Amino acid sequence: MVTRREFDIGLEQLRNMLVEMGTKVERALADAMNALETLDTEAARAIVKDDPNINRIEENISDLGAKLIATQQPVAKDLRRILVALKISSDLERMGDLSVDIAKVVIRLDGQPLLKSIGELPQIAFIVRTMIMESIQSYIDENVDLAYKMAKDDDQVDAMYSQFLRETFTYMAEQPKSVAQTMHLSFVGRYIERIADHATNIGESVVFLVVGKRPDLNQ
Amino acid sequence: MIIEIEKLHLFYTEFHALKDVNLSIPEKSVTAFIGPSGCGKSTLLRTLNRMNDTIPGVRIEGKVELQGKDIYSSELEVEYLRKRVGMVFQQPNPFPKSIYDNVAYGPRLHGVGKKSELDAIVEKSLRSASLWNEVKDVLKKSAWSLSGGQQQRLCIARALAIEPEILLMDESTSALDPISTTKIEELTRELCRNYTIVMVTHNMHQAARISDRTVFFLNGEVVESADTQMLFSNPVDQRTEDYISGRFG
Repeated sequence: MVTRREFDIGLEQLRNMLVEMGTKVERALADAMNALETLDTEAARAIVKDDPNINRIEENISDLGAKLIATQQPVAKDLRRILVALKISSDLERMGDLSVDIAKVVIRLDGQPLLKSIGELPQIAFIVRTMIMESIQSYIDENVDLAYKMAKDDDQVDAMYSQFLRETFTYMAEQPKSVAQTMHLSFVGRYIERIADHATNIGESVVFLVVGKRPDLNQ
Repeated sequence: MIIEIEKLHLFYTEFHALKDVNLSIPEKSVTAFIGPSGCGKSTLLRTLNRMNDTIPGVRIEGKVELQGKDIYSSELEVEYLRKRVGMVFQQPNPFPKSIYDNVAYGPRLHGVGKKSELDAIVEKSLRSASLWNEVKDVLKKSAWSLSGGQQQRLCIARALAIEPEILLMDESTSALDPISTTKIEELTRELCRNYTIVMVTHNMHQAARISDRTVFFLNGEVVESADTQMLFSNPVDQRTEDYISGRFG
């Protein structure tokens, strides 16, 4: 088997950058949730400060992808490997921004004790963190089964998020004074749910990479 | 379908060069044959206007039909076939004559004698080959004074002068620089509105750029024949995928 050495080296670099980016995004979500649970504004600020590093990896992926297309002229699956890497990096970049949004909520809370518990938000975030890592793994391994698992996990996240919202709205109705703070918590739920949608997008991209057709997992 | 190939086998003495080829070539479109050296793509192209006939030891089985007529039937004259199926080769090969006489050569051979008629054919053919504006003032100059790219367009004009329906192009840009190649590629896209073009190319990206259908050959067999966009984006056969992504061998 003849290999295209230059192209394969480039592809390996792309994969490494995606793993690095995915790890950073997963870390950002974990840190943001820790900051929320401990109301640690300093930790929250560190997440905001680190976001440009995630964005920089996206730019590097975009540059390398463009270079590989221009110089190696890949076709078929090789071309999809590049196109999908670019798409995944932009999903990851959005996920990083949403983690920053969670951190900003913590900054806005400014250390004041929570009137309502954050309920199942840590459990939802835990599932979503697993989704982030597994979505990247599905790209690296070109594993369609793992990609489709994103859709199932996303359904679970959606159900838990809906339940959390119901609890939040009931609490706000009962405790009007808590509305401002509780609204912030419902936003956090929304941000986590959006991150899961992006992980599902990555799953879709991987299915497209492997079979050449676009599924719709975000239903 | 203007050409139908059925169960075609071709042998060079003992060597089985084409194996059970079944292929339909649609009218007024560009079909590209791709594949590694020795895969049979040029052999098949030459079969379409019986250029293999004179090679000693060649034996052909199966059927090649041009609009329903078997081109290997004893009733069909090779001259008639060649009038309908023109060919352009890898190296530009103009005759050592003037530009005008190169284009007029075929029509004269087929009995056109009147100067006004010949003038009209020469102009029309050179226009179709996108060469007229560059040579209209120097028609009496030797064809050999033209650049390689111009010479190749002259050969296309010469082929068009006898008004064929099909144009075979055997790696017709591989000896040309990138600018001349682009011109021939653009010309090919224009010509396919009126002609059926079948081309052999070693440049896969050229096939991807200008053909409507692509046929991938390997060891004398057709591995995959599909819409060009499909073949280059999502080939069905793993061997096609390996070849077009440069991982074959």
